[in-house]
Amino acid sequence: MHMTIRGQQDEYIADFEFLENWDQRYEYIIDIGKKMPPMPATSKVDQNIIKGCQSTVWLDAEFKNGKVYYVADSNTQIIKGVVAMFVEVFSGHTPKEVLDAPVYFVEKIGLQSYLTSNRSNGLVAMLKQIKLYALAFQSKSMQS
Amino acid sequence: MPDSSTIMSPALDIEVIRKDFPILHRTVYGYPLVYLDNAATTQKPEQVLRAMDDYYHTINSNVHRGVHYLSQRATEAYEAARQKIADFINARHNHEIIYTRGTTEAINLVAAGFARKILRAGDSVLVSAVEHHSNIVPWQLACEEREATLKVIPVDENGVLVLEGLDRLLEGVKVVAFNYVSNSLGGINPVREIIQAAHSRGIPVVLDAAQAVQHLEVDVQDLDVDFLAFSSHKLYGPTGIGILYGKEEWLHRLPPYQGGGEMIKTVTFEKTTYNDLPYKFEAGTPDMAGAIGLAAAIDYVQTLGLGNIHAAEMSLMSYALDTLRGVEGLRLIGNAGAVDRAGVISFLVGDIHPFDMGEVLDKQGIAVRTGHHCAQPVMDRYCIPGTVRASLAIYNNREDIDRLAAGIRKAAKLLLG
Repeated sequence: MHMTIRGQQDEYIADFEFLENWDQRYEYIIDIGKKMPPMPATSKVDQNIIKGCQSTVWLDAEFKNGKVYYVADSNTQIIKGVVAMFVEVFSGHTPKEVLDAPVYFVEKIGLQSYLTSNRSNGLVAMLKQIKLYALAFQSKSMQS
Repeated sequence: MPDSSTIMSPALDIEVIRKDFPILHRTVYGYPLVYLDNAATTQKPEQVLRAMDDYYHTINSNVHRGVHYLSQRATEAYEAARQKIADFINARHNHEIIYTRGTTEAINLVAAGFARKILRAGDSVLVSAVEHHSNIVPWQLACEEREATLKVIPVDENGVLVLEGLDRLLEGVKVVAFNYVSNSLGGINPVREIIQAAHSRGIPVVLDAAQAVQHLEVDVQDLDVDFLAFSSHKLYGPTGIGILYGKEEWLHRLPPYQGGGEMIKTVTFEKTTYNDLPYKFEAGTPDMAGAIGLAAAIDYVQTLGLGNIHAAEMSLMSYALDTLRGVEGLRLIGNAGAVDRAGVISFLVGDIHPFDMGEVLDKQGIAVRTGHHCAQPVMDRYCIPGTVRASLAIYNNREDIDRLAAGIRKAAKLLLG
């Protein structure tokens, strides 16, 4: 059973509060990235690239039993870790849950610079893409 | 002023200079700031900040228009700044100095002029393989407009421009544009050789000196360059203003860039008569405070002496290259030594992505640039996503370099671990 979108975010926030200094936090983020299941080669293709100025992020999603599952990767370790958190937060939920969910953990754990400096990476675009996948699956499931 | 080659030990006291730059005394994430992103923009000394503050406090007024006292004082200060800039690069006339918003606008002005008046279908424009995007894209636009071709002087694996075959490359070329110092690799390009080769065929040269004027003495008459562009904000001056130098005869040949106030003599709906140089290229109310700030920055640099600055920076560069070469796994991108390099050190460590390195350095209060530095063709040449770039200014000291090296080691431990 997956944690709720809020529950997973709250857990990350609690973990970060426990980590005292920035290097521990980075280690934690990088570690999450390393533990993320490898992205299947069929998904890690050019059309799934969300290209930022500096880092490259791949994102794909599939729809199984009414729920959305995301897979992702990045060529930078820190962004990969952040991406992995997004994947963990949003995977295993219905499109409606993904679309309705507020995203607050990024700001709470002090990673907002990754979201605001949109020239430096594609994270804003990635969050948008996460929601777009959910929207697409939602309209598909309504039609069928 | 002593020539840089005769100075054996730096004549400047860097610790005294650092006191002039208020921002250097702040902390970032609890660490004293190490600012090594000077090729992006330099910090401003108190003297520049005060000059701009004084301008707004005492003489702010529109230039060249008013008969009133303030307008006359503002105009005097604004034109005195132009004279100072002309002297700084040894231009023959001060009307050869055009105020622009920066290097990018200066190059766009020239490229647009060439597109409208000089380039024809089948002509070529020659740039180099180590250019900033702002010295590529304006020429691409000009070439597209005129069905001309953009050609490129190649670069070797050490970051040095390959001049063999240059003469053949120059065939059919109407203008050559390249940078004095590469912003991504830091190598000083063979400016004189390229200008000479171009001139032997009667081809004009546009020199992007954005990364040069703060490090080296630049004399436009001695170089015999036809156009030269630089930005105030990389020369310890304010942002938003830059300079285009053009030889008088070339500036007369180019059409106006933008229309508006200041650049006209008479306007009727049938015909507008353009103003003389330099005003022909300066439409609209200019950046008066910027010009005055830039003049103060030039005063600052000239008080220190560019020869002294060059000697001090070369000494620090030599120390930095030695120190960084001692960091395990670090490889320099572009192999210029301290003598043929100005300001910039580009590097990578192991397979660490430059973004990750930049992030972890930032958290230690160290500001560097990461990425492709608006020079994607250079990165493609080396098949890398980008580099980490540390760039020096006159206020950097050995402690900054030691902090950088320690920061890189710490980052490598975290990111390679």
